[in-house]
Amino acid sequence: MEKHKSFRTPRARVLGLGSARSGTGHFWEQRISAIALAFLAWFFILNVARHLGDPYEVVRASFARPFNAIVALGFILTASLHLAQGLAVVIEDYVHGRAGVILLICVRLFCALLALVGVFAILKIALGA
Amino acid sequence: MSVAKRGERPLSPHLQVYRLPLNAVLSILHRITGVAMAASAVLVVWWLLAAATSPTAFAWIDGLMTSWLGDLVLTLSLGALWFHFANGIRHLIWDTGSWFGQRRVRQSAIGAIAVAVVMTLVTIWLAQGGA
Repeated sequence: MEKHKSFRTPRARVLGLGSARSGTGHFWEQRISAIALAFLAWFFILNVARHLGDPYEVVRASFARPFNAIVALGFILTASLHLAQGLAVVIEDYVHGRAGVILLICVRLFCALLALVGVFAILKIALGA
Repeated sequence: MSVAKRGERPLSPHLQVYRLPLNAVLSILHRITGVAMAASAVLVVWWLLAAATSPTAFAWIDGLMTSWLGDLVLTLSLGALWFHFANGIRHLIWDTGSWFGQRRVRQSAIGAIAVAVVMTLVTIWLAQGGA
């Protein structure tokens, strides 16, 4: 039973408030980043594995090569986005209320920092500053 | 009424004795590996930042990553990555509406585990200087 009588219909009150407009956006972006990572992972992970434990100069020389640098940038940016999206879903499922909101903010900032540092490192190596 | 007999009624499903189907185990693993790789990402980005900074900074993280602890963490990370990759492909296929039959779900679950194991071993082989 409605306490406050209104001339607005229930539908008019919820218009624009629900998830219908952007609700699938997160889901869709997560699939796109997953598809991109399915390709990028091969190149990036195998390159990192090959150079793990190699000397400083060898590692730098590898990531200075355009192909490796571009793959690394693509992987870091996409993985950070995918990680942020995945962690957000997990938090939304298991952590509720204020703690959940705080965690969501922290996760988002953590992933942004990860992307920022990773991109900076690759650019510095590749552009040779 | 029913309240009086509550203690005598069987409980179901009983989570402690319920044997999770393989697919349910993979579903949980997909989340666990995804969350765990946040730590792996920090390690790899740190390694890259050190390579961009100085030989001293690089030597420190290189020492950590090539230690037995680093080997353990990175091997687990690789397993997590290739499992998440293989199981993620299953999820993408499910998103198209395919492979929902029980046989297909079970077959693809075993397939995903196989791909994860093989790719992890191949990557470790590469890291050992295999090619």
